[in-house]
Amino acid sequence: MADIFDVIIIGSGPGGYVTAIRAAQLGMSVAIVERELLGGICLNWGCIPTKALLKSGEVYEQLGHLADYGLKVEGASFDFDGIVKRSRKVSAQLNAGVTFLMKKHKVEVIEGTARLEKGQDSAKGAAPKVVVALKAGGSRTLTAKSVILATGARARTIPAVGLEPDGERVWTYREALVPRRAPKTLIVIGSGAIGIEFASFYKALRSDVTVIEALPRILPVEDEEVSKAAQKAFEKRGLKFRVPANVKKLSKTKSGVAVEIEAGGKAETLEAEVAIVAVGIVGNVEDMGLEALGVKIERTHIVTDAHGATGVPGLYAIGDVAGPPWLAHKASHEGVHCIEHIAGETPANLNAPIPGCTYSTPQIASVGLTEAQAKDQGIEARVGRFPFRVNGKAIASGETEGFVKTVFDARTGALIGAHMIGAEVTEMIQGYAIAMTLEATEIDLQSTVFPHPTLSEAMHEAVLDAYGKVLHI
Amino acid sequence: MSIDVLMPALSPTMEEGTLAKWHVKKGDTVKSGDVIAEIETDKATMEVEAVDEGTVEDILVAEGSEGVKVNTPIARLSGEGEAALAPKPAATPPQSSASPPTAPPAGEQLEAKPAATPAPSSSPAGVGGDSSVARRDGGGLRILVSPLARRIAEQKGVDLGGLTGSGPHGRIIKADVDAAQPGQARTPAAAPAGQPVPASAAAPRQILSLEQMGIASGSYDLVPLDGMRRTVARRLTDSFRDVPHFPLTIDLEIDTLLAARSKINALLEPTGVKVSVNDLVIKAAAIALRQVPEANASYTPEGIAMHHHADVAMAVAIDGGLITPIIRSAETKGLAQIATEAKDLAARARSRKLKPEEFQGGTFSVSNLGMFGIKAFASIINEPQGAILSVGAGEKRPVVRGDQLAVATVMTVTLTCDHRVVDGAVGARWLTAFRALIEDPITMIV
Repeated sequence: MADIFDVIIIGSGPGGYVTAIRAAQLGMSVAIVERELLGGICLNWGCIPTKALLKSGEVYEQLGHLADYGLKVEGASFDFDGIVKRSRKVSAQLNAGVTFLMKKHKVEVIEGTARLEKGQDSAKGAAPKVVVALKAGGSRTLTAKSVILATGARARTIPAVGLEPDGERVWTYREALVPRRAPKTLIVIGSGAIGIEFASFYKALRSDVTVIEALPRILPVEDEEVSKAAQKAFEKRGLKFRVPANVKKLSKTKSGVAVEIEAGGKAETLEAEVAIVAVGIVGNVEDMGLEALGVKIERTHIVTDAHGATGVPGLYAIGDVAGPPWLAHKASHEGVHCIEHIAGETPANLNAPIPGCTYSTPQIASVGLTEAQAKDQGIEARVGRFPFRVNGKAIASGETEGFVKTVFDARTGALIGAHMIGAEVTEMIQGYAIAMTLEATEIDLQSTVFPHPTLSEAMHEAVLDAYGKVLHI
Repeated sequence: MSIDVLMPALSPTMEEGTLAKWHVKKGDTVKSGDVIAEIETDKATMEVEAVDEGTVEDILVAEGSEGVKVNTPIARLSGEGEAALAPKPAATPPQSSASPPTAPPAGEQLEAKPAATPAPSSSPAGVGGDSSVARRDGGGLRILVSPLARRIAEQKGVDLGGLTGSGPHGRIIKADVDAAQPGQARTPAAAPAGQPVPASAAAPRQILSLEQMGIASGSYDLVPLDGMRRTVARRLTDSFRDVPHFPLTIDLEIDTLLAARSKINALLEPTGVKVSVNDLVIKAAAIALRQVPEANASYTPEGIAMHHHADVAMAVAIDGGLITPIIRSAETKGLAQIATEAKDLAARARSRKLKPEEFQGGTFSVSNLGMFGIKAFASIINEPQGAILSVGAGEKRPVVRGDQLAVATVMTVTLTCDHRVVDGAVGARWLTAFRALIEDPITMIV
């Protein structure tokens, strides 16, 4: 098979494989190199399998509230293996789906580990060569006009204080996805989306879960009010928190782990069967020969321009490896932009706001600036809020936890941020994302008709509230 | 049933205005004919009357808001369910006589100059202009613009017609407006893709900030641009840049004219009318335009518009700018009538009470700085007019008669001509005719 392509993509996560499809649509010959499984972390070890687990946990937890709905089931229990198996099956199905998509678009999938070498005519601006150590043995050298790095990221570890997975008692997301049993006691270190989702899942399965966060509040990237409400809601479910608390040392004991922390000047040691380390991620930038090519790397992430160009002729980087926010949809968006740019099209600018979601119970979703960020940027903010507690659909569904908060630029009426906590909010946030991408003002949002009865009416009310027109309070 | 009160178009060319004053507040009851607000356009302040009965439910645009686009809802009335109508301005502009001859009918593509010329009355039940993603601006040019970009443009005073959108399908987005300079003139760059771009479509000039040009911030006070200042800046910049203009200067002896004026004023004394030199200049200019009709013309891409009447605009300095009220068909009017009209127009111009048709659509202008002792100057063409006359001070100067030096009262006038319409020889012929009338005023009577 020919080893010359228009574009070679390294990594087949949601950044890489989506870019491959778009490249094929643009008439390019495409190769994609994957060292593990098509679909990357997202499909196999991240977004998707966690959602499968969380759904099981959510349904099981609902069983505890059946009486609220006038229902009765006796002797409800769960099959832990069954839960994990379903999650793996879901991943396998989607992995097969990506395999199909690659075939459909005639993208050549090359299984192996890629390394970059200087292109033959690098002086003339040729892209680096891609040398793949094939999984099946041997190697292939590929050349292309453009090479796109979409190698993603992995869990950050801090060996110095014992924050290093051992697969048994100290887990990262990877081990946490395929446990043999639910630990009776669990410590989650880090309260970002990943940490909170695992905490939420294991709590649903009756683990005793304590979350440790070094920053002053959980879900530190979310709006302060949301963080506060989330912690309250989680505590109601029985989750415990140590916030803010610094992990001094994690050590293994006979039966599990001991985590020495310091909170408010006081030392404390927490013990549990298992600890999950979720203290951020680092970019996969090693062992690819990037340094030799002169690729600029800052804090494990590749530095790129607005179109993903690295500065090395013909070499681009997108997704997690190119920096935060570390989100699958951001990777896909950047990938499509990058390949359209390479193809000489004029893709829409990359400034579209990127929503973020946490699939805990309750769910959390946001887009744009928090109220505090707006303030920091010197924007006079106009804020609206609406609680689900007075939303008809929420009451009918028995899911009245949470609220919607909107942040407008008082001067221009631009929606600059939206923050939601409650049932199904991850499915609704895109309404605000569309509004922001289209540069809607409060007038457009106020004059949009929201269907009744839906939870989304709270989105409308939160807009109205910002302008003193809220109806149902 | 609620009725939106829309920002009215007070004149055929009005795009936006300042909501100067509300005469009603939330909760007030209004009936048809009540004055509810005052709108200040670039040239005048007008009263807006209610055409429906109802209660003021909400004031949507605050008093003092600038750059309110025509057809933006400005208030909401809770009415009786009668047909909702936009208020009409207290004075309805005439449908066509006042519109400049270059204005193409709405809906047609504009060519070299996409200066917006909205149809005189937009549909009363029009959509709220602010929220529409795409709408027709001006004479049919469709401007794709995000709601936020539109609003920021209004706030900044950026003319959307002059911007190139960087959003999907050329949509103007916030970033484009952020990058634009306030008051940036419309340039033909906004012509639809595929149309040949005229030579004058050069990229808008980069305007540097005062700081960039070495004037320290804090060393001056900034007076915000009002509608009139913006209009003056935009129209004169467009004209000076786009109209190929040249001045023709002559000296006129006006002793005879001054003597005639004294006689005329003595005759008119019982009526209280007083004729000024300027009135005589307007009369003479009008007659000269009748005698040399080529100078009473406007350039349009379709052809030269030869005007039937000499509608002479006179520049009047007012607080914060200037305005050019018009003596219509001045060639048909007597001096007394011209004097009376001119006095009334100037007075109402100073109190900003002119109706749009009183200052829009002249065919020729006269600007007089003689009272300030200015000897000679060359005005900038008042588009779409073909020429403008600048009148200096009448002063005693030495003149040569035969080979003798004599003293005469001399007034220097300069005719600035749009070379596309008025060539040098035409301008010279007009000045000759004008000189004859001024130096021998009795010929004006004929």
